Amino acid sequence: MVVISDILVQLGQMTLVLLLAPLLTGVVRRIKARLLRRKGPSIFQPYRDLLRLLRKEVVLAENASWLFRVTPYVTFAAIWVAAALVPTFATGLQFNWSADLIAIVALLGSARFFLALAGMDVGTSFGGIGSSREVMIAALAEPAMLLMVFCVALIAGSTQLSTVATFMASSEVGLRVSLGMAMIALIMVALAENARIPVDNPATHLELTMVHEAMILEYSGRHLAMIEFGAFLKLLLYISLIICVFFPWQITTEGAGPLSYLASVAAYILKLAVASFLLAVFETATAKMRVFRVPEFLGAALMLGLLGTLLRFVSRGF
Amino acid sequence: MIPAVTQQIWCVAALLGTTALAIAASRSRQSTAIVYGTTFSISLVALAGALLALISRTSATELALPIGLPWLGSHFRLDALAAFFLVVVNLGGAAASLYGLGYGSHESAPQRILPFFPAFLAGMNLVVLADDAFTYLLCWEFMSLASWALVMAHHRDADNARAGYVYLVMASFGTLALLLAFGLLAGAGGSYSFAAIRAAQHTPSEAALVLALMLLGAGSKAGLIPLHVWLPLAHPAAPSHVSALMSGVMTKVAIYGFIRIVFDLLGPPSWSAGVAVLILGGATAVMGILYALMEKDLKRLLAYSTIENIGVIFASLGLALAFQANGLGLAAALAFTAALFHVLNHSFFKSLLFFGAGAVLMSTGERDMEKLGGLIHRMPLTSFVFLVGCVAISALPPFNGFVSEWLMFQAVLQSPDLPQWLLKIMVPAVGALLALAAALAAACFVKAFGVTFLGRARSPAAEAAREVDRWSLAAMFSLAALCFLAGIVPGLVIDALSPVAQAVIGHRMPVQLDDAWLSIVPIAESRSSYNGLLVFAFITAAASLAAYFIHRFASRAIRRGPAWGCGFADPTPAAQYSGVSFVQPIRRVFGTLVFQAREHVDMPAPGEMRPARLKVDMHDLIWERLYTPVTEVVWFFADRLNQLQFLTIRRYLSLVFATLVTLLLALAIWS
Repeated sequence: MVVISDILVQLGQMTLVLLLAPLLTGVVRRIKARLLRRKGPSIFQPYRDLLRLLRKEVVLAENASWLFRVTPYVTFAAIWVAAALVPTFATGLQFNWSADLIAIVALLGSARFFLALAGMDVGTSFGGIGSSREVMIAALAEPAMLLMVFCVALIAGSTQLSTVATFMASSEVGLRVSLGMAMIALIMVALAENARIPVDNPATHLELTMVHEAMILEYSGRHLAMIEFGAFLKLLLYISLIICVFFPWQITTEGAGPLSYLASVAAYILKLAVASFLLAVFETATAKMRVFRVPEFLGAALMLGLLGTLLRFVSRGF
Repeated sequence: MIPAVTQQIWCVAALLGTTALAIAASRSRQSTAIVYGTTFSISLVALAGALLALISRTSATELALPIGLPWLGSHFRLDALAAFFLVVVNLGGAAASLYGLGYGSHESAPQRILPFFPAFLAGMNLVVLADDAFTYLLCWEFMSLASWALVMAHHRDADNARAGYVYLVMASFGTLALLLAFGLLAGAGGSYSFAAIRAAQHTPSEAALVLALMLLGAGSKAGLIPLHVWLPLAHPAAPSHVSALMSGVMTKVAIYGFIRIVFDLLGPPSWSAGVAVLILGGATAVMGILYALMEKDLKRLLAYSTIENIGVIFASLGLALAFQANGLGLAAALAFTAALFHVLNHSFFKSLLFFGAGAVLMSTGERDMEKLGGLIHRMPLTSFVFLVGCVAISALPPFNGFVSEWLMFQAVLQSPDLPQWLLKIMVPAVGALLALAAALAAACFVKAFGVTFLGRARSPAAEAAREVDRWSLAAMFSLAALCFLAGIVPGLVIDALSPVAQAVIGHRMPVQLDDAWLSIVPIAESRSSYNGLLVFAFITAAASLAAYFIHRFASRAIRRGPAWGCGFADPTPAAQYSGVSFVQPIRRVFGTLVFQAREHVDMPAPGEMRPARLKVDMHDLIWERLYTPVTEVVWFFADRLNQLQFLTIRRYLSLVFATLVTLLLALAIWS
């Protein structure tokens, strides 16, 4: 019985993230537009964009290799699998034990690895500049992320996200300085990884400042749709991760009744809405920084993660 | 039934016989096929024997041969630790021989390589089998010299000659350190057999000194910073299959030496030993990969990346030492298994990558990445396996590199159990260094693959590249398959490693193959678990599902056109991103400190017709601050002593007489 409900939860989660991801981006864009006193597109615009892209033909550069054509599916799959393993509304995911938080970070790393290679495949300078900056950002973001994982794992005694969420949802945690540092580090990493302001601007084109968009410049049609969808999923994944680790209130733990699932799905969507509002406000209020300021930004995240980990040793109370 | 150790010695004898055969058949046109075919079969037999000895968990077997010093003889022993490293050596040997069948046929002077290749394999096998200090050192030197001869195969190239010279100096230095370490271990009694050394008591200061000497001796062979300088010169200078053996296997033999002496012979470690090894390992990992990132030469990039991996392995061994010193057996077994797993993984993917670099060299004659590009179209199979190697070495799931990295991070997370404050704080910091090294490694191999195989061809040679022969491809594909298999069923490897951990640490990781769905669970399921098979299945399923739905319900149309590039068509391939420009952001972040990298634009005066140039100044600080002063001092004294060379016979005789008198006087006063 438990197995069946776990599988149902797992499937529900995989569908839910797939359905919600474009909506989340749509909401963020809409709020940003309203904050700038623009009308902005409908919150369902990302779905329409995806559908339109899917219907269009692919224009492929003459010297694009098989790697270029495989990459959109590989990155999408890697991000989707990673997103399916982050508990959103319930901890009892059937396949949660197949990959822990470190493996989720590494799965996202795989997705980026292939995307960076695809950026170099056609051999234009835009693709190269995008890939080169993307790996520089990743080279700093990934250690910061892992230190955040260390900090959380040392407190929760596990790198397994279900266990972490259950532990964080219990009353014995309380407020801790090191957890606060880890949260700020995670938010900074999430901004960098999702190519958000102040690290990158998801809305620019044709500028030398862009990173992520330059890397995928040669993509079109369904390939671009898969990559865009992957980016939507990644944003949802990071927000879910922050929610799951630091705000797991109302998350359904093992053995709860069917009604509590409904309540926790509602709570999850509410939390997403709050997060997207905060993200939009933050992005509107901040300016994008120069590319070579990014290492300082991510270095701060790294130091916060390390400090959080070390503070954890100074006293159990931290 | 012949004991396992005797079988292995017979294999070594057969390898030495192949050396004789290679000399005898050097005139024959079939000599390449004969030699590599023979070493391939012998390595397979030795591999089977070693695997059997490892898996069947038989007790250690010993053999004494009446060769060597008359009162000592030569002792050989095959226990679990030796069996594991024999697996690594012979697997690498078999793969290199298979590759050599194809690669070797392009060799201009095969008689410079063929006799030394089996000898080198024999030397590595013997080091692992040796069971007394004398045999060990003799075999170690034999291995060094055989590999030196292979480095010098193309000795007319000035760079290679210099590489051989630096290698010889560093190898002698390493052996000197080993010699002193064994002298300390044997003590005044002077019993050189490993059994006697193991039984003897060693004082803490003695143990610390032996550890330092081992870090110098084994560390210089393995490539620990700052003793690594010979490695990026010598490994690429050799023919590619020998580079693969040197990087993938010989560095592991050095690690074997370190484990044998520090973990096995030296007795219970002190926690400060763990601190020293941890710091060295973490620093080596980050520095090694930063050097690799800055490199333009594909084979040197791979050699520097070997240094990074050696750092990772040493950091993990340091963790194991720290845990063991505090009696945390399970955590020590976890860290130790992670180190051994990485030893195995690195021998797989580094051999594979060197084979790939060799294939590129074979078909284009280029090692400089800035003159390559677009090879994915011309060499599709090679580029596929090279990609597998790149993904595996970048520690990305579902391949094998990720599993050992993951086990290492799990070991790092055991650090709160350590009682010492220094260790508590240092272990997560080293964990951060390892995470940084892993992320930089991914960047490095995006560059290595992207610049070499993707984009447009940067030279006519790259444009005319052809796929390599079947032997080479067979060797690369089998290693790629091993990378994949070890990644999706890691439990199998961990269980095979458990007798080694049991023998060396006294504890082992829990049995993994009993876990549901072939997951690996290092401590307990509530703490952490990973399942490579399922992750791979999920990714495949999700990607196929997405591809199916799109091709079924959405557009399938494809149109080929010129690259978009925001409308800025760049007509020449020279305008694409090169390796140097690819690492420019990383160079600016890390290089200004580590390499004192400075960029300046050389702008021509108005009216001048020459192009402006961007120049990058970089300094290898370790070479400039450490090695240059040492060589200068040596030169100074050598210059002064040089005068002694041109004296008359009378002066020589009087010098001899004076020395004799001084020594006799010293003896008289002393006693």
